[in-house]
Amino acid sequence: MSEEAAIRAEMEQTQQQALTALQTVQNEAELLAWRNAHLGRTAPVMLFFSRLPQFPKELRPQIGQAANQVKLTLEAAYEARRQELQASSLQQRLSSERVDVTLPGRRLPLGHLHPSTQILAEICAIFGEMGFQVYRSPEVESDENNFELLNIPAHHPARDMWDTFHTTRPGVVLRTHTSPGQIRAMRQMAPNPLRVILPGMTYRYEQTNASHESQFNQVELLAIGQNITFGDLQGTLTDFARRMFGAEVHVRLRPSYFPFTEPSAEIDIECFLCGGKGCTVCKGGGWLEIGGCGMVHPVVLRNGGYDPARFTGFAAGLGPERIAMLKYRISDIRYFFGGDLRFLEQF
Amino acid sequence: MKIPLSWLKDYIDLNLPLLEIARLLTNAGMEVEEITLIGLPNPYEQDATLRREYKVSGLSWDADKIVVAQIDEVQPHPNADRLVLCRLHDGQQEHLVLTGAPNLFPYKGQGPLPKPLKVAYAKEGARIYDGHQPGQVLTTLKRAKIRGVESYSMVCSEKELGISEEHEGILFLEEDAPTGTPLVDYLGDAVFEINILPNMIRNACVLGVARELAALTGQPLRKPQPRPQYSGESLAGAVSLEISDPTLNPRFLLGLVRGVSIGPSPAWVQRRLRLAGMRPINNVVDATNYVMLALGEPLHAFDYDVLVRRAGGKAPVIRTRAATPGEKLTTLDGQEHTLESYTILVCDEAGPLSLAGVMGGLESEVTPETRTVLLEAASWNYVNVRRTTTALHISSEAGYRFGRGVHPALAHPALEWGLENIVAWSGGEIAQGILDQYPNPPHDPLVRISETDVQRLLGLHLPAAQIAALLERLEFTCQVHGDCVEAQTPPHRLDIGEGLTGIADLIEEIARMIGYDQIPFRRLSDTLPEMRPLPHLALEETVRQVLARQGMQELISYRLTSTEREARLIGEQPEQAYIRLKNPLTPERSVMRRSLLSSVLEALEKNARLRNRIACFEIGPVFWPVEGQQLPDEPQQLALALFGQRLPSTWNHNNNEAFDFYDLKGVLEGVFEALHIAVRFVPAQRTGFHPGQCAELYAEETCLGVMGALHPETQARFDLPNTPPVLAAELSLAALLAHTTTRRETRPVPIYPPVLEDLAIVVEEELPGERVEAVIRQAGGALLSDVRLFDVFRSQALGSGKKSLAYRLTYQSMDSTLTDAEAAKIRQRIIRRLEQELGAKLRS
Ligand SMILES: [Zn+2]
Repeated sequence: MSEEAAIRAEMEQTQQQALTALQTVQNEAELLAWRNAHLGRTAPVMLFFSRLPQFPKELRPQIGQAANQVKLTLEAAYEARRQELQASSLQQRLSSERVDVTLPGRRLPLGHLHPSTQILAEICAIFGEMGFQVYRSPEVESDENNFELLNIPAHHPARDMWDTFHTTRPGVVLRTHTSPGQIRAMRQMAPNPLRVILPGMTYRYEQTNASHESQFNQVELLAIGQNITFGDLQGTLTDFARRMFGAEVHVRLRPSYFPFTEPSAEIDIECFLCGGKGCTVCKGGGWLEIGGCGMVHPVVLRNGGYDPARFTGFAAGLGPERIAMLKYRISDIRYFFGGDLRFLEQF
Repeated sequence: MKIPLSWLKDYIDLNLPLLEIARLLTNAGMEVEEITLIGLPNPYEQDATLRREYKVSGLSWDADKIVVAQIDEVQPHPNADRLVLCRLHDGQQEHLVLTGAPNLFPYKGQGPLPKPLKVAYAKEGARIYDGHQPGQVLTTLKRAKIRGVESYSMVCSEKELGISEEHEGILFLEEDAPTGTPLVDYLGDAVFEINILPNMIRNACVLGVARELAALTGQPLRKPQPRPQYSGESLAGAVSLEISDPTLNPRFLLGLVRGVSIGPSPAWVQRRLRLAGMRPINNVVDATNYVMLALGEPLHAFDYDVLVRRAGGKAPVIRTRAATPGEKLTTLDGQEHTLESYTILVCDEAGPLSLAGVMGGLESEVTPETRTVLLEAASWNYVNVRRTTTALHISSEAGYRFGRGVHPALAHPALEWGLENIVAWSGGEIAQGILDQYPNPPHDPLVRISETDVQRLLGLHLPAAQIAALLERLEFTCQVHGDCVEAQTPPHRLDIGEGLTGIADLIEEIARMIGYDQIPFRRLSDTLPEMRPLPHLALEETVRQVLARQGMQELISYRLTSTEREARLIGEQPEQAYIRLKNPLTPERSVMRRSLLSSVLEALEKNARLRNRIACFEIGPVFWPVEGQQLPDEPQQLALALFGQRLPSTWNHNNNEAFDFYDLKGVLEGVFEALHIAVRFVPAQRTGFHPGQCAELYAEETCLGVMGALHPETQARFDLPNTPPVLAAELSLAALLAHTTTRRETRPVPIYPPVLEDLAIVVEEELPGERVEAVIRQAGGALLSDVRLFDVFRSQALGSGKKSLAYRLTYQSMDSTLTDAEAAKIRQRIIRRLEQELGAKLRS
């Protein structure tokens, strides 16, 4: 064998050994060690270059070229292996970082507003768009404002409609409705046109059960002016119901009696749960009662400071808890003020 | 009020479906709460697509299975004494029917009956109610063998047919009942249960409802026309009458029937009374009740002979007057009542006979021995009647009607009809003449209503002629003058007022008659009122939102509480500190709360057992009586409480740090930041709070409220564990509102880099951190843009009574990049001031 053939075989072997060793490299450290061993200053391939002067002059270029070829091959193999390792280590990391997406998240505690607050806010916002501004009045009221001035004299049959908490102070009661606020608002604003919404807590002397509470919120509407009719009342309530319960909801006013309005009506809305076809919530009838309303009685207008010959007005009362119970299918009204966080946190 | 359809048909021709009648009534303000079927078919079963708008109950009789039949002979049962066999014809064939009805026993073994008995006969497969079970249990008639005799059909009792609870014997029909006719065609009925509004007491009778239906349908109304035969010995000298106060007793009539024999009323009368919800008593009492149910005027029957006896054999003198306080009367229900002066009495010279308009007395009531009946028809002041029924807790049909006002005009026809019925059902003769004293007739208003009035209130144009026509249907007498109608109120209603009230009353009648749904809907087009600023509502809304965003749950508590409950937090209060109920439902809810925090702590107490983390707040009024003021002040307050774990633990992270003072302070600082209020926390001692962990909150010189940890003793009184502490605060929203502002200046964002630097100093333990920060800020001047405490440190090396405070200082200029030299100058100034003013030492 010629000298050249021998060195070429040796190079071939060196390359083969290096490439074989590279196949076993499994990580960054081994890769570095391989690089020192096979491409470092003392690596066999480098030794070929230092041995070059030992070869005849005419052979040197070919041998040098061949050695360079081996070095380039090894460098390319190294780079390929490095990328391979990098990809597989990324792959490994990603698979090791996999999480169980079905486990519960870590939450910051969330605060909730009381359902009555939310419904009241919704109602006030809707009527606010129609120009009704909130007007607040006291919860401990005079008999005069709560009854007398609302056309409910003492011993009037209509007094049966409200079971009243009386206080030990003569002539002072817990308001049975937000209507005494009508008198206060009228007396403050007369003779200017008036559009107010009166939200607030009211009280009834009533044994409590799933559908009756001794304390509950009411929202009352009052509009007074020189061009306000029963038609406006129906229109206003219909607009409200469609904003609150859905664009298709119908409103029905059914004749009723309240001493402070005439004509008076109960407000029924078409059941928004069944579309009026009849379900358990509307007890098959397709209608849900949500409040009462009517044209302000002339005696009440006069008591409020408006001349009933020139002014007319309408009033309507709604029960926010009742509406919340229908909307959120709440089975027991006592939940509202019972303070159980397990109930309140659902809103 | 229960109104039988068959009774209505005495006064009006009604050929409308049941549901249509219910709809007419409901839409006119007489809400039908239930329709009870007495045999008639169920409309919902006939048409399953109908909305179930009205509750329908009761029994429908199969036309081919329940028929009118005649019993021709009642035979003894061969082997049972308590049973009989009826030879019965159902119009098609003869049957032998087994029954144990005691009211057939008198006919047993008499052979063929001269007058066959007409009965309700149910055939095999008929659905009826089980007569032997309580209540109404549906059963289907099956073939069975009873004591060796085959039975496949039966004669029915009222209970089995769903007419009433009566099951003592079978139902006998009138003699002329046509054998073979389906029973539903002969006796089928329905009862409307109507909710009578307080201003519609005129419709608490069959005629009243018939009148409304006549007005709504245009059908003519047939009013009953009583024509009693006054054929007996004259009333003159038999009784005399004195009304002492016509405002209490505007009218009083008396009539007399001699020679009655007390017994049961005719079967049809009893059936009607039962359908209308009343129990038949005897033929005289039933006659009065029948008239009351039909006409709406309660009558009262006295045993005349008892009155004569009380008068010592002389003609009784009937006198009506107010009771003397303390006077006593035993009513016919056996109750003895002690009376007040507002009760009106019907008396004779021996004393009270009855509670006028409410209930008769026991002594003079009609008994089986009564032979002579003195019949009263009167009218009473409704206020006095109401006060009496309320105070004495009497609920009676008469009290219900008189307590709402019955027109005195009704008394005369009612008396005549009552007399006629008594004679018809009990025999006897009506004395000639009646006594009628009418010292105080009501004024039936004449109301002038114009087309403009209708337009103004309903938004609807109706010609005057149409207005008149609508009102005339309700028996108003109307005259049209141009666009105006003069409407005379008919003499059966007291609910129509004068002037503008009268107009409103008529507007309601017009709206009811045309139907509310016929009034066109409009959108408000009246002038908008001036808008008012509502800063208190905006503030509340902001506070709510900020607290909810910080994880706090909103509560709304009962405002009624007890002094004992509140004393746990605020200590004993004087009596006059509370608004107290005269009629509390329970002692636990007998006063209006003074302290909102007390409400919040109660909620905390209730939830503490169920969870280890509570953060909640409430915004609402408290009730503070003010000397010399009728109504209390109702300031809006804010109360908060934190208790338990600061953060909820999760499956891979256990958070066991508890809320402390600074958590609550942080929540409040968040609120103040949102409201842009500068607040100072000043150490304070307050009842209920930990003396070392309590602060009053000040904005300028106003105290906004208090915050801190609860005193361990307070916490124990609230049935809460000793640890962790409860952090609580109560603030005045009005005070917050006074110091918040909607106008403020926004700082520009700096474009030059800041210089950050830490500064640690050692000061006396007692020195409040607030003062250190104040000196730093003052000394730092405009270029010191932020000071943040990041460490508080104590150690032996520092020495006892010393603490180290470490601050991160931010220097920032809006005009240039600060140099280190500039920053160092400020720093030197700060250190110097700290040393001089607070004796602080720089920590090396
Ligand atoms: Zn429904």
